[in-house]
Amino acid sequence: MSRLVAFAAIQGGYNIVSKVEGKYKKALQTYDASTKVGFPNTAYYLPVIYSLLGIKVETLEDMKKPLDFARKLLPPHVKGQNHLPYLGPLLDAGMAALFAFEIEEALRYLEDPDFYLHSEDIDEEAGKIWLGAADDTVFRKRGVEFVDGSAPGFAAMVGAAPDPETAKMIVEEYQRRSLYIFCAANQNGTTLIEQLLEAGVQVGWNTRIVPFGPDISSAIFALGFANRAAMAFGGIQPGDYKRMLLYNKNRIFAFVNALGDVNAEWAAAAAGCVNWGFPTLADTDIPEILPTGICTYEHVVANVPHSEMVQRSVEVRGLKTTVSTIDIPCSFGPAYEGERVRGGDLFCQMGGGKTQATELVKMAEMKEIEDGKVTVIGKDFDEIKEGENVPLGIYVQVAGRQMETDFEPILERQIHHLINYIQGIMHIGQRDIAWIRVSKAAVEKGFRLKDLGVVLHAKFHQDFGSILDKVEVTLYTNKKDVDELTKRARQEYKMRDERLENMTDEDVETYYSCTLCQSFAPTHVCTVSPERTGLCGAYNWMDCKASYEINPTGPNQPIEKGECLDPVLGQWKGVNEFVKQASRGAIDHYNFYSLVKDPMTTCGCCECIAALLPSCNGVMTVNREYTGETPCGMKFTTLAGVMGGGASSPGFVGHSKFNITQRKFIKGDGGLLRVVWMPKILKEEIKERLLKRGEELGVPDLYDKIADDTIGTTEEEILPFLQEKGHPALSMDPIISE
Amino acid sequence: MAEVTKEKVKKVADPIAASIDPGTQELIRRAQELEIDTVFDRAASMKPCNIGMQGICCKNCAMGPCRLPLPKGGIEGEDTRKGLCGATANTIAARNFARMVAAGAAAHSDHGRSVAEVFLSVARKETRDYRIKDPDKLLAIAPYFDVATKVEVNGEEMDRDIDEIALEVAEKALNEWGKAEGELYYAKRAPEPLYEKWKKSGVVPRNIDREVVEIMHRTHMGVDQDYKNIVKQCTRASLADGWGGSMLATDLQDVLFGTPYPLQAESNMGVLKEDHVNIIVHGHEPVLSEMIVAAAQSKEMVAYAQSKGAKGIQLGGICCTANEIFQRHGVPQAGTYLQQELAIITGACDAMVVDIQCVFQNLANVAKCFHTKLITTHPIAKMEQDNVIHIEFDEHHAMEDATRIVKLAIDNFENRGSEVMIPQYKATAIGGFGVESIEYHLGGTFRGSYYTLNDNIINGRIRGVAGVVGCNNARTRHNEAHITVVKELIKNDVIVLTTGCNGIACAMEGLLTPETAHVFCGPGLREVCETVGIPPVLHLGSCVDNSRILLAATEVVKAGGPWKDICDLPAAGSAPEWMSEKAISIGQYFVSSGVYTVFGYHFPTVGAPVFQEYLFKEMERLYGGKWDFEADPIKHARLMIAHIDKKRKELGIDKARERVLMDMADRMKLEASA
Repeated sequence: MSRLVAFAAIQGGYNIVSKVEGKYKKALQTYDASTKVGFPNTAYYLPVIYSLLGIKVETLEDMKKPLDFARKLLPPHVKGQNHLPYLGPLLDAGMAALFAFEIEEALRYLEDPDFYLHSEDIDEEAGKIWLGAADDTVFRKRGVEFVDGSAPGFAAMVGAAPDPETAKMIVEEYQRRSLYIFCAANQNGTTLIEQLLEAGVQVGWNTRIVPFGPDISSAIFALGFANRAAMAFGGIQPGDYKRMLLYNKNRIFAFVNALGDVNAEWAAAAAGCVNWGFPTLADTDIPEILPTGICTYEHVVANVPHSEMVQRSVEVRGLKTTVSTIDIPCSFGPAYEGERVRGGDLFCQMGGGKTQATELVKMAEMKEIEDGKVTVIGKDFDEIKEGENVPLGIYVQVAGRQMETDFEPILERQIHHLINYIQGIMHIGQRDIAWIRVSKAAVEKGFRLKDLGVVLHAKFHQDFGSILDKVEVTLYTNKKDVDELTKRARQEYKMRDERLENMTDEDVETYYSCTLCQSFAPTHVCTVSPERTGLCGAYNWMDCKASYEINPTGPNQPIEKGECLDPVLGQWKGVNEFVKQASRGAIDHYNFYSLVKDPMTTCGCCECIAALLPSCNGVMTVNREYTGETPCGMKFTTLAGVMGGGASSPGFVGHSKFNITQRKFIKGDGGLLRVVWMPKILKEEIKERLLKRGEELGVPDLYDKIADDTIGTTEEEILPFLQEKGHPALSMDPIISE
Repeated sequence: MAEVTKEKVKKVADPIAASIDPGTQELIRRAQELEIDTVFDRAASMKPCNIGMQGICCKNCAMGPCRLPLPKGGIEGEDTRKGLCGATANTIAARNFARMVAAGAAAHSDHGRSVAEVFLSVARKETRDYRIKDPDKLLAIAPYFDVATKVEVNGEEMDRDIDEIALEVAEKALNEWGKAEGELYYAKRAPEPLYEKWKKSGVVPRNIDREVVEIMHRTHMGVDQDYKNIVKQCTRASLADGWGGSMLATDLQDVLFGTPYPLQAESNMGVLKEDHVNIIVHGHEPVLSEMIVAAAQSKEMVAYAQSKGAKGIQLGGICCTANEIFQRHGVPQAGTYLQQELAIITGACDAMVVDIQCVFQNLANVAKCFHTKLITTHPIAKMEQDNVIHIEFDEHHAMEDATRIVKLAIDNFENRGSEVMIPQYKATAIGGFGVESIEYHLGGTFRGSYYTLNDNIINGRIRGVAGVVGCNNARTRHNEAHITVVKELIKNDVIVLTTGCNGIACAMEGLLTPETAHVFCGPGLREVCETVGIPPVLHLGSCVDNSRILLAATEVVKAGGPWKDICDLPAAGSAPEWMSEKAISIGQYFVSSGVYTVFGYHFPTVGAPVFQEYLFKEMERLYGGKWDFEADPIKHARLMIAHIDKKRKELGIDKARERVLMDMADRMKLEASA
């Protein structure tokens, strides 16, 4: 009976709002009303309140308005007989509770700043197992996975399982399906996270098991994450609550699992989540709400056995997930990508400076190779001692009617994440600097070297079936064989790099679109050319080409670039026509090589954002990982908020890190020599290429002339430095022509 | 003894056969004991005119009346019936039908005009007694009149002064009755395809009064003699009612008196209290009843009543006035149209205050037998009997007039005889649903949307939507058809929207409670009712509030689904016990808005089968809706359900919906704007 849910949730709403009002009052007695409040490193204030009500809470005083709003939202209690309708009131009570929760958590950040660990990983030894709100860096990095589908959704789990084994069983099943697991609340003091730790499960953003907090109020962080996705990637304006919530219903496939007894506060939180279209599935006997409408399917489902929790949850949410069924002794899936193999767990490692590890993918003739054949030449794990370091050569031969040598590096790059997807195996680096760490647990389960081949064979077929027909893998662990392979591989790398390096936009007639993000940023259409890789950093021209071959109706479509309308700014007739049609008329043209004049649109996924610095006659660029202030006056996350969501914003453009050293990078505005500032971490990351490109441009010390955050974070601070170093931008034509 | 049998024995009603409501039966019996005749007895003793029933008696000129009855076996071959002027049965029936539409549209619209006039005087600040109670509603309707709600001040957009908005809306609204050019503003509130159909057929009303006048002209001797062309004008006049006068009445009443939100109240004659001053308000316009409510609830009046030995003041409504004060204030409903005389028969009615429409002249005769003061209040609605008091109600002195009336009732309390007999029957009812409150309750402040309803229609939990409305008719058993039709519909998972006396009938029967869902509903509708916490029958107000049903249907269309227009919806309309000309106008505007509409009791065009066929079949091609008739309430409901099923099939939602599991590729295909 829904009435009982309504009764409880409305009661819960009152309890929560009253409790938080009390805490707020107390805080006002302790702190000045102008005291700053908020979650760490975010441009979205208290994100649920900001996104739905458009209220920016920055100080203690600012909390009053949303708290009053929550109080007003509380509906009358539901009567037993001849009651008035309660669905709307129930959802309102839930929403009031959630607003109060967000304020409660912000008060916690104020009063107990070390309660949560500001990190992607927990520090179990220090007892810091709660991570609190995801900051914008984590949010952007992880949010992209929700955009591109590598994370199909999230399970918000509250409470605790009856025992650690059950907790592990459910959570690992979600991991296998690549979902994120957002955890909050406790059941009589026991939390799911503690159960998982007890069961030896790695917890943290890297394994997609996120320990938000031990109280129900910390569940708000999951919703803050979801709403930031709607704002950052969906371009939905703060305060546009209807679209915000519908966006979540249709795009963010999340749901709630309530483990253990559901009290009034949980009921209120669950009711609140229904506003998002996120249903609740419980393992206890609570009243069900089955008709559809606010959620896509059922709203509340009860008595779900633990063994069916995962299956029922994705069904109720209407979510299709796939579990990789690869015949290896370990679990496999994206959720294990970020998992670490730490010293104590280490069985053996290959590469990583200790030994040589090399990976090479080569095209072969159909007749030459045997599909599915995996050969291990040398010792396997059962023959080496624990702690022994061995060299490794991974040699993959592929053949197929649609295969081209250009696709070799694309396939090769997959090896990194595919091996990482194996539970208990960690992969770092690529090519001849690969590094693989194998855990004891994996070897104990029976994992052997040949299983690497099994994974690569199966996944190559699964993901690239339309371009290849045969895959054969050879694994070497003898030093002699590995050295031989390495020598050969290095020649291959060199050839490939030169080919890619020398490929110019003029060389090809076809560019590729990328509309991967379009369902999130509706007017955004990326166009990828050889000298302008995708702004997310994930897709270069060759990738797009391969992606098109693999899936001709997919997000990457060929664009005949057509007549060149402006060689300097980089504008083509064919591209314009495509963009106009793909953006449904919202954008009718843009330039590839300019941020000053009609730049390309930007979704929220870009690696870096370049911005005009008028006083320095140059531009700056900032990468997503850098959380500090920048000379344009905005942090990355603010910038992304200002110009993301599919808009073409003169003065700003999103781009990839790699693009900075590509020859056409903002060529229309003067090219790389215009860059006067970037964060030190970015500068160091691309140092090698930056040096090389500087040399090419005749400014070999360009690297040293570009200011960074150690010099300053305002135009005034960096200008003297630029003058002193004689930065080339200062003597260039004015960047803004009349 | 022979003399005695010779004396004509007056036929009286059998109380059980006259009504399904035990309270009503008791009062009929009581009246008969007291030898006071009521409408039930008169229905037993006086038969309706057989020729008039057929709709083919023309008295539009002094060469007539020409009567063209249809022979019992019908007509084989050519229909050669004609009047002196040559008017065919089709022409005569169409003209009579059209005049019913004109009268009905005039009644609703004149009611609307009164409200608009009060609203204008509020906007002009000429009255202190009324005020704008719901400014949000005013802001919501202003755009339909092309009235700006924002102004630019120094380049900044600001909220416009509410008084300014009110004045402009008031002037433009009142102008709708007689504007010289253009078309009704509200026509564009209809779904676009429907508006286009009207436009194409040339039936978008020009102004409200003109369409009524034009019917009177066209049905004058020797003018329009093509039944199809006459029906076209019926459509235009009826739309001027539904999407004009009635809709304006509803909207402006909401602005002035508040938009209804769900509340709980009681219904049936048992709400009257022996130890209270009982005041019955009967008629239609809340302009009067709102003030009576305010006066009766004022401390002074309550104290005055107590000083006269009463425990307090009990108000009760009859007919649509009951619906108006029920939906906005939770004032109990004393009864339906047919119970008006019975309210006085209780002997506990200290005053009955009436305004316009559906008021029996016989009330005065019944009142004569009791202490009851019968007070007429409207300048256009007086009675010839000398015991009737006329206190003209004027918006400029509204509170003063209302207080005077209430005081009169209180003063009359001590004149009660000993013969008080209040049947102890009453039921709890949840009312106060409207377009706005339904939207809210389908998802709350943040997710409120008709989509929730649509989703459950699409997935089949709700089979369809029915509007069941209309009067009572003493020629049928009081409330029987109403309740039977409604129960049959909800049993088959059809959610019912009700107004008018059907709404009161459902309330008396206890169908307006959420608990009803467990007892009478099919499993799908029951689940939805439980989820939302609503009764399966939603009370949307009075007869002018049928405009709420039009707008609710429009909202369903707009909220998305496989449909594009009202006529595509799995929906049907019904008036099981209709009697007034207003019902014909309502039916015509529902049909012309795309709704399949079934009438009970009798259809007034049976004498002209060709014309009737036009209404029952041909009209569907124009607007997607059509008329139908079925007296048997079960068959009546089944016709509606069959139509709903037909629409479900056309929409492809007649099969169980599959659960679709979406992967990322599927989500990418979703409309980016969702």
